[in-house]
Amino acid sequence: MAQEERKFVYLDNAATTRMRPEVLEAMLPYFTEHYGNPSSLYEVGRDAKKAVELAREKVARAIGAEPSEIVFTGSGSEADNWAIKGVAQALEKKGRHIVTSAIEHHAVLHSVEALAKRGWEVTYVPVDDQGIVDPADVERAIRPDTVLVTIMMANNEIGTVQPVDEIGRICRAKGVWFHTDAVQAAGALPIDMKMLSVDLCSFSAHKIYGPKGVGALYIRKGVRLPVFIDGGGQERKRRAGTENVPGVVGFGRAFELAASEQPANAARLTEIRDAAIARIMGGIPHVRLNGHPTKRLPGNANFSFQFIEGESLLLLLDMYGFACSSGSACTSGSLDPSHVLLAIGLVHEIAHGSLRVTFGKENGLDDIEPLFEALVKVVDRLREMSPLYDEYLKAEGKK
Amino acid sequence: MYSEKVMDHFMHPRNMGEIENADAVGTVGNAKCGDIMRIFLKIENGIVVDAKFKTFGCGSAIATSSMATEMIIGKSIDEVLQLSNKAVAEALDGLPPQKMHCSLLAEQAVKAALKEYYEKHGLIDDSNRAIFAEAEDHEHDGE
Ligand SMILES: Cc1ncc(COP(=O)(O)O)c(C=O)c1O
Ligand code: FES
Repeated sequence: MAQEERKFVYLDNAATTRMRPEVLEAMLPYFTEHYGNPSSLYEVGRDAKKAVELAREKVARAIGAEPSEIVFTGSGSEADNWAIKGVAQALEKKGRHIVTSAIEHHAVLHSVEALAKRGWEVTYVPVDDQGIVDPADVERAIRPDTVLVTIMMANNEIGTVQPVDEIGRICRAKGVWFHTDAVQAAGALPIDMKMLSVDLCSFSAHKIYGPKGVGALYIRKGVRLPVFIDGGGQERKRRAGTENVPGVVGFGRAFELAASEQPANAARLTEIRDAAIARIMGGIPHVRLNGHPTKRLPGNANFSFQFIEGESLLLLLDMYGFACSSGSACTSGSLDPSHVLLAIGLVHEIAHGSLRVTFGKENGLDDIEPLFEALVKVVDRLREMSPLYDEYLKAEGKK
Repeated sequence: MYSEKVMDHFMHPRNMGEIENADAVGTVGNAKCGDIMRIFLKIENGIVVDAKFKTFGCGSAIATSSMATEMIIGKSIDEVLQLSNKAVAEALDGLPPQKMHCSLLAEQAVKAALKEYYEKHGLIDDSNRAIFAEAEDHEHDGE
């Protein structure tokens, strides 16, 4: 492949994002200068403590919450685990039934599966062929022994945005706690806890141009979860362990910026996304768009290219300098296609040819044409190799 | 994740395509991940004189298809019948463990093609019956 074509273009911002310089700058002093333990009494300790509490205020303000409603965690996955397993433990006496959706992130799905192994019952509400949960299904799924509904705000693979405001109102009316995973939604959608009937909400810093290994759980005032990690008094005795001070500081700064830039960021990414979808769907035959045409994350496009397999597609795109992801069975490790693509009704073959392109801050409209050109070449080449494409052409020829 | 050899065969597949009027064609699907491979053989005087493939699958499935065709061209059909997925994987300097099953696709496709040929020419006998039976078993469990 011609070397001069290899300009690297990162199009996997749903996997993680590149840290922004403002965030790095905010973090740096907390590695060396302000190295103290936030639990210590002397000055370097007090500095660190102050920084952690300021970061908590920033995260709270970004989502319309109180600082006391925010706990820092080691990841978005940890926040999901804590919310789900915490509620299950706290309300065990009330009931052992949880409602979730078929397209949750594994941090949620595997948490409820772990509970199911220990005797909890789980109802998985379906999604329609565009990946949207019907709130009426959630309402029907709630039983007297339901203790938690957990449905994500926006999906990481196909980008669909769920009606969490309505689902929240239903849960509130029925007196059931509602958790939502907003890891992908943060910075992309407006989030205001004063407007939402959400009791627990998960976030992760590395999806919003912050550091990896830092997350947060919003716990609405009045919701009491059991201690998650026993030990010292950190996070008001609920999660022991000396704080990841630079990480938390970076998270605060990243979330503050993401929230203030959210409207402009969403508008810009929506324009790029829609232009990319139009170009690819218009210029390559036998492609489908997975997810909803408009109720989707501003930066998310997810396609299925018929007759080809996703891992080969990713490897060839990588040779052209494009980093994307796929829900193909061959990329999953488990050799099953993505549960999200199956839940929207895709047959294995079509799920196989899926490609997720997620745009971020560093992308622009000028990334679309080179991506399109590379895709045309790569898709052509793989179709030429595909026995399925042969069969299709032969069947067409006979008509 | 992949060796340089795998990447080379994936990027520059040898013998990709079809043989018109092939003497034998084998198509197999992978029970594990749903991929498909088809192999075409040209056989003259008991020698595989040409082989081509088409594959719907991951990088390792394409690379093993390519390597397998290279390994069998010029060999007698009885030799080709001894082809194992391990030998193909080794020729590629190895595959990641979770990708070993992809190399089976190549072995099975070759055996499926040969089975058709052996049957058509009445060549099945006690010396090879077991090999075909084993290949069929694999096809069903995908191992
Ligand atoms: C929807 C969703 N939830 C949870 C996570 C996990 O976040 P983290 O990587 O911080 O554990 C991710 C990221 O992969 C995600 O996309
Ligand atoms: S053929 Fe699917 S994982 Fe290799």
